[in-house]
Amino acid sequence: MRYHTPKSFDEAAAIAAKADGKTRFLAGGTDVLVQLRAGMVTPDDLIDIKHIAGVSDIARTADGGWRIGVAVSGAELGRHAALCADWPGVIEGMNLVGSTQVQGRATLVGNLCNGSPAADSVPGLIAAGATVTVTGPKGSREVAVEAIPTGPGKTVLAAGEVISAVTLPARGTGGGDAYLRFIPRTEMDIAVVGAAVNLRVVGGRITEARVALGAVAPTVILVPEAAAAIIGTDLNDAALAALTAAAEAAAKPISDKRGTAAFRKEVVGVLARRAALIAFARAKGEAK
Amino acid sequence: MTKIHVSATVNGDPVEYLADPRESLLDCLRDHLGLTGSKEGCGTGDCGACSVQLDGVLVCSCLVLGAEAQGKKIETVEGLSRGETLHPLQRKFIEHAALQCGFCTPGILVAAKALLEQNPDPNESEIRFWLAGNLCRCTGYDKIIRAVQDAAAEMRGAA
Repeated sequence: MRYHTPKSFDEAAAIAAKADGKTRFLAGGTDVLVQLRAGMVTPDDLIDIKHIAGVSDIARTADGGWRIGVAVSGAELGRHAALCADWPGVIEGMNLVGSTQVQGRATLVGNLCNGSPAADSVPGLIAAGATVTVTGPKGSREVAVEAIPTGPGKTVLAAGEVISAVTLPARGTGGGDAYLRFIPRTEMDIAVVGAAVNLRVVGGRITEARVALGAVAPTVILVPEAAAAIIGTDLNDAALAALTAAAEAAAKPISDKRGTAAFRKEVVGVLARRAALIAFARAKGEAK
Repeated sequence: MTKIHVSATVNGDPVEYLADPRESLLDCLRDHLGLTGSKEGCGTGDCGACSVQLDGVLVCSCLVLGAEAQGKKIETVEGLSRGETLHPLQRKFIEHAALQCGFCTPGILVAAKALLEQNPDPNESEIRFWLAGNLCRCTGYDKIIRAVQDAAAEMRGAA
C-alpha cells in the first residue's frame, strides 16, 4: 500500500486516475480504516486528502450559503454556531454518527461516499438541496447529493474522481429543517429508518419543501410527492396525513435484523410527520 | 513495503518512528514507542480502549494511521500523571472503584480528560453521552460516572 499526501485535488485525482490497483481516498478514516483492518478493502494506493489547502474550512459563499471542506469533522460542524443556526437538521444528522471519538474524525463526504442507505447525514443534505463538487481528470463539476449514491456501498463516482467540497445553499428567511431517526437504543446505533424535512414558511404557509428518507430503499431517497403533500398548507392535520401516506408509499424497505419492511414503512411516516413539525417550528422561529 | 518516517510529539516529548503505511497509530504507539497504556479492544472504533488526543481532539488511535501523525501532538494515558502524582481522574477512579479488569480504563481516562477540558462541570447525561464510545463490560458504568463527577468537582476547586 502506497500512502500519498497530495497538495491539491487535481493532484489527488491524477494519482487515482493513474493507479492500476485499488485506490481509496482518506479523510476521517472511520470507514476506510475499518475496511482495511477487516481485510475487506486493501488499497494499493491510499490518498490522504487532508494536506490540501481549504479542506478543514467552513466558509460563507458569495450568495450566503456555505462551503464545507471535505475534512471538516462532525464535531467541528457541531461547534459552528452560524452554520448550526442556518441548517440545524443537516448538523443534527451528522452529529448522530458514531461516538465522540468518531465525531472527532468523521466527515460528511465520508458518510456520503460510504454509500449506506442508512447514513445519518445524507437525508439532511439532500433535503437541504446540498451539492458536492466532483473533481476528476477532466476538471470539476457540481452534482446534487441525491445523485451520488447508486446502491448500498456504491456511488456514481468514476475512477479518478474525488469529492472536493460540499455546498449548502443560502438559508434565506423563513426556512427550517430537521432530521429524525429511529434506533432501538439511545446512542451509538445505525438508523432503522431516517427522515429529513426542509421547508420554507411565508405568511404561515409552506411555500417550498424537500423530504428525504433513509434506510427504506437501496439509497437515501428524495420524495417529491411527500414535499407536494405539505406545500401550500399550514401543516394542518390533513397535510400531515397526506405527508405520512406519501412517505409510506415511497418507502421500499427490506426486512433485516434491524426491522421488518412493514415496521419500517410505518415508522417512516411517523418520522416524516414529526420532522416536518420540528422544521415548521424552526422556520417560524418557535424552536431551535 | 516502503516505511514512512514520522516525527511527532507524544506527551510533550519529541518522538520518531518508522511506520508501515498500513499500521495504525495504536500499533505505532504500542509496538514502536513502547507505550502500551492504550489498548486494542476491537480495532474498529467501537470500544474506545485506544482513545488518545490528536492535536487536542479525542480519537480512536486504531482509526488513525501512524503515518497521519506526522507533525501532530499526541496525548496518551501515560501523560496523565506527573511522575508518581496521579491525575485527579486516576485517583478518583481508584477511590470509587471505577474499574475492575482495567482494560477499558486508559481509554476512559483519556476521554474523560478531554471532556473536562471543554466542559469542567458536565451533568450525568453529558458524561454518559460523551463516554458512549467507551465500552466497559465490568462496572456497569455508574462508578465511572461518579468518579468523573467527583474528579471534575475537585478540579473546579469545589471539593
